[in-house]
Amino acid sequence: MDQTTEENRLDLRGVLCPMNFVHTKLKLEEMAEGQTLEVILDDGEAMRNVPRNVKADGHHILSVHKLPDNSYKLLIRRGTD
Amino acid sequence: MSTQEEPVMEGLKAELRRESRRLRLDFNELKSGGFIKQTQKDLFTVRLRCPGGQVTADKLHLAADIAQRFGRGEVHLSVRQSVEIPYVHYQHFDAITEELKTVNWSVASCGPRVRVPTACAGCTYNPNGLVDTQSMCREVDRRYFGIPTGHHKFKISFSGCPIDCFRSREMDLGFQGVVEPKLVEELCTGCELCVKNCEDEALRMEGSLPVRDLDKCIWCGDCVKICPVDAMVVDRRGWLARVGGKHGKHPLFAYEVANFLSDDQAFSLIEATLGWYRSQGRGRERIGATIARLGLEQYIQEVIHPLGGEAIESPQERRRYWAEGNLYGLRGGEATRKI
Repeated sequence: MDQTTEENRLDLRGVLCPMNFVHTKLKLEEMAEGQTLEVILDDGEAMRNVPRNVKADGHHILSVHKLPDNSYKLLIRRGTD
Repeated sequence: MSTQEEPVMEGLKAELRRESRRLRLDFNELKSGGFIKQTQKDLFTVRLRCPGGQVTADKLHLAADIAQRFGRGEVHLSVRQSVEIPYVHYQHFDAITEELKTVNWSVASCGPRVRVPTACAGCTYNPNGLVDTQSMCREVDRRYFGIPTGHHKFKISFSGCPIDCFRSREMDLGFQGVVEPKLVEELCTGCELCVKNCEDEALRMEGSLPVRDLDKCIWCGDCVKICPVDAMVVDRRGWLARVGGKHGKHPLFAYEVANFLSDDQAFSLIEATLGWYRSQGRGRERIGATIARLGLEQYIQEVIHPLGGEAIESPQERRRYWAEGNLYGLRGGEATRKI
């Protein structure tokens, strides 16, 4: 099920809003519909903004996992345009 | 109705009256309209009617053109979203009024009247917006703009969400969009994104499901917007109403008085409040002062209860909306607010 490859992974820890969302968006645009992207985000502002905007763009957040350093790992499935 | 907002000298009024007769201007229109006396002799600022701050390109072109021909080639943007053309000689009022009609435009109001309502983009294109503030604003402008209050100015604004960019707390009547969320338990994956996103800490996990603290929720709808599987949905949507706020030398913070009003209930609230203010107000006081004088309970009994909506009655219910800090009190009152 999880076909996440090295190319479909973004570590956005330390990247500020809204650039973290922009990076996520650009990455998702390169991908084909149905492919999954793994994104690591800081807690706080990033986690408040990025998931919501990803959803608003029509993508699907499949899972949310908390990492030991209090950041979060999101698995996103690319939606239709 | 002998009150005048801007202190205009009697001599000037007489001069204007003579001048308006000569130019066949409607002096009443002049008074109610947004022609505002400047420091400079014979010069006025023409305030244009821009409900919700939405101005078409056609209108903007005309405003620029008028500013170039009759003003000094500049406009000023008022704090309540109006385009104003300064440095206009009163002899041009008639010509300007006529030209504005060609794009279905007119000047705004000043004095003791209902002012042009203000609004954010609301849900039309702002991702935070919960309700259609712009449509509401246009309709309120159409129905109530320029109505004399008999006492003082009356300002109405619309904010699309609890971020309240349009300062509904500082208006005679302020409306703010609210959303009541509901969890569809079967769909929830327990990802906790809603809990993380709730800035009011109104959500917590109990087992694998989020639970909402009804005393903390301010109905911002963030949990609905964040939910990746649409398990958190909108149960109901409406307007939170605030009354009695003002800016000026002696500011007042508005009271929350009703929640989850429909559009029609909001119109009814505006009409009932204007009627109440007209009959209960004294002299040149704002409605906030009328409420302070008579007590908020009387306003709620006479205006809110007959509406049949969800009244907000107690200070405890209001507390959730209050930020920390110096809440305005009446002059001579205590620093913190008394209800």
